[in-house]
Amino acid sequence: MRITVSVDGVSYTDEVEPRMLLVHYLRERLGKTGTVVGCDTSNCGACTVHLDGHSVKSCSMFAVQADRHEVTTIEGLARDGQLHPVQKAFHENHALQCGFCTPGMIMQSIDLLADDPDPSEETVRHGLEGNLCRCTGYQNIVKAVRDAAHQMRPGAGPEAEQVAPSPSHAGGGE
Amino acid sequence: MTATAEPEIGRARLRKEDARLITGDTRWTDNIQMAGMLHMAVLRSPMAHAKITGIDVTAAAAMPGVLLVLTGEDVAAEQGSLPCAWPITEDMLAPPAPSLAVDEVNFAGEGVAVVIARSDYEAHDALAAIDVEYDELPVVLDMEAAVADGADLVHPDLGTNKSATWVFDSAEAGTGADVDQAIADAEVTVTRTFRQQRLIPAFMEPRSVVVDPGGGSITMWSATQVPHILRWMLAAVLGIPEHKVRVIAPDVGGGFGGKLQVTPEEVLTLLVARRLGKPVKWTESRTESMLSAHHGRDQIQQLTVTARRDGTVTGLKVDLLADMGAYLRLVTPGVPILGAFMFNAIYKFPAYRFTCVNVFTNKVPTDAYRGAGRPEATFAIERLMDELAVELGMEPMELRRKNWIKHEEFPFTTVCGLTYDSGNYEAATDRAMELFGYDELRQEQARRRESGDPVQLGIGISTFTEMCGLAPSRVLGSLRYGAGGWEHAAIRMLPTGKVELITGTSPHGQGHETAWSQIVADRLGVPFEDVEVLHGDTQSSHKGMDSYGSRSLAVGGTAIVLAADKVLAKARTLAAHLMECSESDVEFASGQFSVRGTGTSTALGDVVLAAHVAHNLPDGMEPGMDAECTFDPTNFSFPHGTHLCATEVDTETGAVKIRSYVCVDDIGEVVNPLIVEGQVHGGLAQGIAQALFEEAVHDESGTLTTATLADYLLPSAADLPHFTTDRTVTPADSNPLGVKGVGEAGTIASTPAVVNAVIDAVRHLGVDDVEMPCTPMRVWKAVHQGKERGVPTTPVAAGGLGSIDAQGGAE
Ligand code: FES
Ligand code: FES
Repeated sequence: MRITVSVDGVSYTDEVEPRMLLVHYLRERLGKTGTVVGCDTSNCGACTVHLDGHSVKSCSMFAVQADRHEVTTIEGLARDGQLHPVQKAFHENHALQCGFCTPGMIMQSIDLLADDPDPSEETVRHGLEGNLCRCTGYQNIVKAVRDAAHQMRPGAGPEAEQVAPSPSHAGGGE
Repeated sequence: MTATAEPEIGRARLRKEDARLITGDTRWTDNIQMAGMLHMAVLRSPMAHAKITGIDVTAAAAMPGVLLVLTGEDVAAEQGSLPCAWPITEDMLAPPAPSLAVDEVNFAGEGVAVVIARSDYEAHDALAAIDVEYDELPVVLDMEAAVADGADLVHPDLGTNKSATWVFDSAEAGTGADVDQAIADAEVTVTRTFRQQRLIPAFMEPRSVVVDPGGGSITMWSATQVPHILRWMLAAVLGIPEHKVRVIAPDVGGGFGGKLQVTPEEVLTLLVARRLGKPVKWTESRTESMLSAHHGRDQIQQLTVTARRDGTVTGLKVDLLADMGAYLRLVTPGVPILGAFMFNAIYKFPAYRFTCVNVFTNKVPTDAYRGAGRPEATFAIERLMDELAVELGMEPMELRRKNWIKHEEFPFTTVCGLTYDSGNYEAATDRAMELFGYDELRQEQARRRESGDPVQLGIGISTFTEMCGLAPSRVLGSLRYGAGGWEHAAIRMLPTGKVELITGTSPHGQGHETAWSQIVADRLGVPFEDVEVLHGDTQSSHKGMDSYGSRSLAVGGTAIVLAADKVLAKARTLAAHLMECSESDVEFASGQFSVRGTGTSTALGDVVLAAHVAHNLPDGMEPGMDAECTFDPTNFSFPHGTHLCATEVDTETGAVKIRSYVCVDDIGEVVNPLIVEGQVHGGLAQGIAQALFEEAVHDESGTLTTATLADYLLPSAADLPHFTTDRTVTPADSNPLGVKGVGEAGTIASTPAVVNAVIDAVRHLGVDDVEMPCTPMRVWKAVHQGKERGVPTTPVAAGGLGSIDAQGGAE
């Protein structure tokens, strides 16, 4: 099937098998290897990306379902060399060790902050329930998300990510 | 900016590694794409024990995109036997361990065939077309049944399910008294049996291997903790000349011992890549990982402690059954032996005997998992100390205090013959009790008991120590381990003043790039940013023993310090030569050499450049300023700490909630407190998970029923509490940094703290044990069975203030 997907501000048109998972399309076709796969039952959240500004587990949808949608991955967050405040907060709060869960955690955290710009510890813990980390015990992740909330006021919404394609995004667009 | 304004050692540096990890600019093995690369998929046995009577691959081989299908028979002549590096006794029994089963499968999940295809999807499609015929054999799952007379056998050729029996006896070793005598003379004896359930390491990055057989030698990328050991073992198992194999561990997403292995898939990927002359990749699914990557723990522990009525312990006898699973992997048999020296823990036992029987079952092999042997030991002794306290009618912390090694008694040689160099259990405990509000919580507990609150409060203690910094090579040799325990570091002083540090440690989340840079910056007075850490590639880092056993800093970090000192020694000689003074007049501080009492000075960078151009060197001095060191420790290091957990147990539902968790760890000096805290948090999460959530469960046919993350309960953020952590510092004597290691402490200490807290909450209801994981169902059952049994006959000693019962002690 032929699909056209915008990924991190670049539009791609590709022929894909209907059964190809979105995460495999991102990793294998587009080389977006920042997004990773940690499980086969939609439990770990390592594959989390944004579809039209909202977090989805890219292992639990087909590439064809992303046709005519906008996908943002961890690789598309930084703008003009500036880290997204959530990326920065993860670094500054030592919210990662091996870093394998980190892309998914960051994408999910941004979504969570869009819903609740000033979440309590409880809210963050529940909001990240679908993202597993084996290294950190979560404490610093929770801290990072709340720290980012403070840095980001008045809140990181989908708009915050949807910067118009800059000239460096030479790969087209719709 | 120089890095010397604030001391580098002890500084909470943000991590260098993060830049690539938070932007997705990572190098996971599965990211690797190469021209012409093929994909391997493994067909796994659904049977736990069966003869393979036939495999038909014709249909699979004809599927689109399929290049090759191989069965065990096809690779039998070249696959060798997977290595076991730790034959713990002379007469240990070890079955051959093929990478691909040839005529018999011994656990569900064992590989029986592989498909190599153009794409991963095509390879997996073809797996479904392979037809395997099995002839079922009796399945051996239960360890006690496995060692009984007339048991069905996992490996009939061996004639028994017992692989080995390993004994340490303090009377025989001359390190203590006779435990049978202690039992005969005992005023109080407590015997308990505990079960260490089987766990799955469950690193988040599934394992992945890429092999490029091109260019006359073999390059393997693998998600491994042990690239150096892997290279050596691949050469040994497959007969490939070692110098024709290069192993690279790129970014590795966690290990926890689970990637301390030489895996069937590493061997198979190599064999098929070599056969086809093309790069081949294998990446496992999570389910495959759960079914075939090694598991951890799985012991039945029977302990007897003896004591005098006043609470002084007099002896400890430990009998273990340890489940090996179906085969002996890299260090499978040695894991329980690492625990042998830790059951006596921080206490002054005069007599000790440890006996371990290693048992085969039709399950995935066990091997190292965070703590490896030591969490099992710590759990058992800390649970037992609580039971003894009840028996004696003593407050559980007072019992521990009475028996632990006092700070002024260090160095202390234990009943196992280990010498603990330093520690201060009083200081860590006092701090932990203060942070925890121990007395207030005991009062609240008493109130809730009195009022019959359906939600009861429990307080759990774990005062632990561990041996890490694995390990003095000589000790490993005496334990029949097949390798040494040294570590290597090399420092390259580049002509522009930048520094490359090559380490034999192999990080997979520990932040070595940051911490090692701090050590080098501290020692050499160069900026932190000017240090690049090279690791995990046997071509650049040719010598190493890799990362596990909380060894990287204590052993690998020491090698760095000593290599840096060699750089400085040579630089000092050259600086004296350049400044035309006597070497004894040269002082070094903040990256500058100066002549004592004069204004003459020269920067290390200038001396390095002078060494590099070699225009003006003292006679006989070699050009360059590089140095290397291989450090072999003379002793282990012994971190310790006190962990306190308060749980609220709902007696109506069995639900357990951790209300507060406080730990004060003494891990000696600290290079980077941020990284240390992270290690503690992560360790706690894994230890708590063992106590409350995780268990690898098999059905009666040997199928793992917890083979996904939906069934195997890794805790999420919502399942874990906020941790209060603090540290006390007694420097280690065994290394120049004074460090002890922190990778495993949290995991080792936390499990018994949580379980002790759960039992403490409901002990007055007649509960004296709950098997792990303490699920709501188990806790509820324990409470209800306890109630049916009636009020306990033993005084409830752990019951807070006023519970120190002078009538204490049971019949
Ligand atoms: S890979 Fe685990 S949820 Fe998507
Ligand atoms: S940082 Fe390793 S899994 Fe989260």
